[in-house]
Amino acid sequence: MCLAIPGQIQRIDDDALRQGTVSFAGVTKEVCLALVPEAEVGDYVIVHVGFAISKVDEQAAKESLSLIEQLSSGQINESPSS
Amino acid sequence: MKYVDEFRDPNAVHVLSREIHRITRHPWTIMEVCGGQTHSIVRYGLDRLLPPAITLIHGPGCPVCVTPIELIDAACQLASLPEVIFCSFGDMLRVPGSHEDLLRVKAQGGDIRIIYSPLDAVGIAQSNPQSQIICFAVGFETTAPAQAMAVLQARRLHLSNFSLLVAHVLVPPAMKAILSSPENRVQGFLAAGHVCSVMGYEMYEPICLRYRVPIVVTGFEPVDILEGVQLVIAQLEEGRHKVDNQYARSVHRSGNLEARKVVDEVFESASRNWRGIGEIPESGLQLRQTFAEFDALRTFQDRIHLSSPANDLESECQSGRILQGIMQPSACSAFGTRCTPDHPLGAPMVSSEGACAAYYRYRHHEVGPGEQ
Ligand code: SF4
Repeated sequence: MCLAIPGQIQRIDDDALRQGTVSFAGVTKEVCLALVPEAEVGDYVIVHVGFAISKVDEQAAKESLSLIEQLSSGQINESPSS
Repeated sequence: MKYVDEFRDPNAVHVLSREIHRITRHPWTIMEVCGGQTHSIVRYGLDRLLPPAITLIHGPGCPVCVTPIELIDAACQLASLPEVIFCSFGDMLRVPGSHEDLLRVKAQGGDIRIIYSPLDAVGIAQSNPQSQIICFAVGFETTAPAQAMAVLQARRLHLSNFSLLVAHVLVPPAMKAILSSPENRVQGFLAAGHVCSVMGYEMYEPICLRYRVPIVVTGFEPVDILEGVQLVIAQLEEGRHKVDNQYARSVHRSGNLEARKVVDEVFESASRNWRGIGEIPESGLQLRQTFAEFDALRTFQDRIHLSSPANDLESECQSGRILQGIMQPSACSAFGTRCTPDHPLGAPMVSSEGACAAYYRYRHHEVGPGEQ
């Protein structure tokens, strides 16, 4: 029940609960977006029990992947000596 | 799926595993707090990609598993009342109480509905004004904002037939309890990413200082978990102990302020009994006085008999030792024989995030009962 997964916002209602549609690789669900007031259509959010609990920070995701890429290329350079 | 597939990339997993081998000099024991992480570790065999010197142990982070038996008993009694529609996440239905579980109550005619969101329970309350709707509020900090929003929505709609059976638990007090135990082996923690998406990680900073342990906020995909492990080992090898944030794509230092605000408006902290572990001070949530009318235990206090905190430590189930990382599931004498997902003796075999269920699902074919 603790599962929380990223999905992309497709629609946001203008009501108190900010209900919207979020797509998880094509499967859509009704989600309450009131807790992520900064999120807009097209953004990715992490959804748990019908509520978006955070907006995915695209920049941070890129940085984290590029760190691993650096590690990977660094190791390739290192490997002949090790 | 975006933000999932790239964090399952086998290449990146390989690179991180090599980096961990490269930096590891000493034996270390690291606990992942969250059952979702336990599940990923066992499913993808991540523990097997680590040097033998590194031990991963599984923590108490499955809310289904730690919900105390007296609240399961209360849930069964409430769900049996003729005027009640009892709403719950599906995982809770097969958790054994003292005598029965919710599934059995349902088979005997109790109106129990499995919900996806707490707002579904509010909807059921709106369309069934003649019934009392009780929502079983189980979960960690990740789930608390959803339950709080359901209460606020019920108030906004002036519903007088909606209440919560609150069993919410909090992670930092449990981490402190583990670190204070004389049996403690944990030298570093992977903190649960989605708990921190809501709450942030400021509250872990004093724990790092006081117990001199590194804590790394970590996500749930294989790459996340290995990167979290790498960051913990790097700190341990260098003798540092601070909070690192591996899961920056979802977690900020102060968390989600909007979510924290609604939780704080509706709930306050309270002492809570953890199944198999015992009482931990300030480790749960209860409704604030201003929301007391939404407290099912108060509304129905004359209709049910609330047993005193049960002592389930005597049964064959070793859930307390499993949940504190003292024992591995396959070392339990009932594992895979008397206790299976079809006939669970304890909650860790029921919940999809329970350590026993994860071992049964992914490793049962490898390890015979009682072996380890
Ligand atoms: S295998 Fe079953 S009986 Fe043993 S600790 Fe796990 S849940 Fe309890």
